[in-house]
Amino acid sequence: MAATVPDLAAPRDPYARRKTTRSNYELYGWIFMRASGALLIVLIFAHLWVNLVSGEGVNAIDFGFVGGKWANPVWQVWDLVMLWLAMIHGTNGVRTIINDYAERDRTRLVLKLFLYLAFTVVVVLGTLVIFTFDPCPTDAAADLLPSFCSSLPG
Amino acid sequence: MPSAPAGTLYRGREGMWSWVAHRVTGVLIFFFLLVHVLDTALVRVSPEAYNAVIGTYQTPIMGLGEIGLVAAIVFHAFNGVRIILVDFWAKGPKYQRTMLWVVVGLFVVTMAGFLPRQLMHVFGGN
Ligand code: HEM
Repeated sequence: MAATVPDLAAPRDPYARRKTTRSNYELYGWIFMRASGALLIVLIFAHLWVNLVSGEGVNAIDFGFVGGKWANPVWQVWDLVMLWLAMIHGTNGVRTIINDYAERDRTRLVLKLFLYLAFTVVVVLGTLVIFTFDPCPTDAAADLLPSFCSSLPG
Repeated sequence: MPSAPAGTLYRGREGMWSWVAHRVTGVLIFFFLLVHVLDTALVRVSPEAYNAVIGTYQTPIMGLGEIGLVAAIVFHAFNGVRIILVDFWAKGPKYQRTMLWVVVGLFVVTMAGFLPRQLMHVFGGN
C-alpha cells in the first residue's frame, strides 16, 4: 500500500498577508467633500449675494458687469477657486451616485467617461475664460463695455 | 452584484428623506453649473452674444427658475453643514433629527429674505 503522498504544505505556515493594492482614495474623497463643502458655502453665498441680491440683482448682469468684476483680481481668484472646488465636489458626488445606481460594469464605465469629459471641458474652458478675458475688445460698441474702457488710451 | 436584496436598507423618516433631498439638489446644482460655465464663457465670444444669452436669465420664467436654483443651493448648503456635524460632532448623530428641523427653519428664513427681493427684480421692473 505505497500510496503517493500529496505534496502538502507544512502545517502552521505563518499566514502571509497579501500586500494590499488598495489606497485610501475614498477616504480622501470623503474628507474633500466636507472640506470643500464648508468653503463653498462662503464662496457661493457671496457670489449669489453680489450677482443676484444686491443692487438690481439679475437685471444688472451684462458684459460690462462681468468686465467690472474681473477687473479686480480678488474676484478672478474667487471665481477660479469656486469653479474648481464646485466642479471637483460635484463630479465626485455624481461619481458616487453613478456607482450606487448603475449596476452593469459597462454602464458605469460609460457614464463615468461622460462625467470626466464634462469635468475636463468645463474646468479648462472656465479657467481659460477667467484669465484670457478682454473687458475692452476694440471692435465692440462702447456702450456695451465697462465704463473704465473709455478712459483707456487708444 | 445581487440585484434584489432581501428587505431594504431605506428606513424612511427624516434621515432618509433629507439624504434623498441632498442627492437630488446636488445633481441639480451640478447640471446647472455645467450650463452656467458655458453661458459665462460667451464673454469670450462677444459682448452681444453674452448679453443676448444672459438676457434670457432676466425673463420671468427664468426668474422663477432662479428661485428654484437658489432654494436647491440653500438646502444643500445648510444640510451639508448638518452632515458635517453628524460626522464630526460627538453628539451629531443623536441630534440629527433636531438639526434637520434647524436646517428647515434656516431655509425658510433665508428664502423669505430672498423671495421678495427676487420677485421685485423680476416683476417689479427695477
Ligand atoms: C454650498 C456648499 C455645499 C456644501 C456645504 C456641500 C456639502 C456636501 C456634503 C457634506 C456632501 C456629502 C458627501 C458625502 O456623503 O460623502 C455633499 C454631497 C454632494 N454634493 Fe455638495 N455641498 C455644497 C455645494 C455643492 C455644489 C455647488 C454641488 C454641485 C456642483 C454639489 C453637489 C453634490 C453632489 C452631487 C453630492 C453627492 C450626493 C450624494 O452622494 O448623495 N454640492 N455635499
